[in-house]
Amino acid sequence: MAETKLRIATRKGLFHTSRENGWELGAADFLGDNCSAVLHHPVSGAIFVALDHGHFGVKLHRSRDGGKSYEEIPAPAYPPTDVNTEPWVDIMGRTIPDSLQLIWSLEAGHADQDERLWAGTIPGGLFRSDDGGDSWQLVESLWNDPLRRKWFGGGMDFPGIHSILVHPDNPEDIVIAVSCGGIWHSTDDGASWSNIGEGMNAPYTPPEIASDPGIQDVHRLVRCPSTPERMWLQHHAGIYRSDNAGFNWQIINDVQPSSFGFAAVVHPQQPDTAWFVPEIKDEHRIPADGKVVVNRTDDGGATFNTLDQGLPGPNAYDLVFRHALDVDQSGDVLAMGSTTGSLWVSEDGGKSWETISNHLPPIYALRFD
Amino acid sequence: MVTVNFTPNLRRHVNCPTTQVEGETVAEVLDKVFEAEPLLRGYVLDEQGILRKHMIIFLNGTALKDRKRLSDPVPNTDSEIFVMQALSGG
Repeated sequence: MAETKLRIATRKGLFHTSRENGWELGAADFLGDNCSAVLHHPVSGAIFVALDHGHFGVKLHRSRDGGKSYEEIPAPAYPPTDVNTEPWVDIMGRTIPDSLQLIWSLEAGHADQDERLWAGTIPGGLFRSDDGGDSWQLVESLWNDPLRRKWFGGGMDFPGIHSILVHPDNPEDIVIAVSCGGIWHSTDDGASWSNIGEGMNAPYTPPEIASDPGIQDVHRLVRCPSTPERMWLQHHAGIYRSDNAGFNWQIINDVQPSSFGFAAVVHPQQPDTAWFVPEIKDEHRIPADGKVVVNRTDDGGATFNTLDQGLPGPNAYDLVFRHALDVDQSGDVLAMGSTTGSLWVSEDGGKSWETISNHLPPIYALRFD
Repeated sequence: MVTVNFTPNLRRHVNCPTTQVEGETVAEVLDKVFEAEPLLRGYVLDEQGILRKHMIIFLNGTALKDRKRLSDPVPNTDSEIFVMQALSGG
């Protein structure tokens, strides 16, 4: 059986652990540096780490020897400002910069593409690399789409791409999700895009635009690898399910203790099984009653089991960000990290959780290899 | 000749020794430094060539005026540039 390695990107470094090592945390890489994203490329085996140095900007590092050593590689860069184009000012009146603010998501291409990478960034650029990160190209078809100018920042000042889904059967079929900018679909490897996602609703906006697919605040979008038509998403205003690859969405009602949250994961082989981490609501981004729980559905969202064995509370106020919940390829092993620096793993699909640490830096993202 | 110094906090990330180069503007001076250390450019300037928001450059003790194009003229006499972090944030 392959080793179950877990990589944890935090405010102060990249940490590692594995089931085979009893979930003991190993030595950190980039200790002290702000890690916004991490990717172990399943085909090439390279590890990519995105850093945000604040003063010194956003950087990208790569390891081709399993993490023994890293080299800095070019970070995605926005093309020179076109002085003939009006600056992009969002509905908040903020001028969107044409410079990299954050690498928010890193994904490998299709299993046939050993050096393909996708990077989702703030302020909203999607980048592609076909040489393992030696160079990056802005996906200009999306950046130049007039509808993109409707995007705006959610929790961040500027919009960003946080979810990138490559169809498991078709490397040219890409779906991305934007906060706030809805869901976008390409069937030609990114040459052209359409804004999809009917059925979502943004009740925090005026009714005239609340159902506009182009302004939806999707917090996280995932798709079932074995049943790619099935997607789940955590939206700012609830949990949704799609049975046709994101074209239409059905809201899941009556989720207790809450349907607000950021993270979402789906079982790799069972499309009806998905996990979410509820927080009270948008203006109270803390667990209900101070109890950290995980919601699991096994019937497509008809019912949820609220799982808390091994999780803290009352008086626990951990917030789980959108990239800080993951499931391994078996669907049995989950990991979850919080802004309070807590790290938990479950080896039984979320029924019970083991605390690995309560003292890590704030966790932004974690993922199994 | 212009002496260019970088904040020691940068040394952990990228090679940035104190360097002596020539140039008529701050942009020209830094371009020569970056030719020798290409990675260093991105730590000081963004991809549009603009001085990063939380960086500051002093030319002979005066803060750079043109943060977008770095066009501040460098006097012919011996000059000194310091590239530093602005003390913004907490």
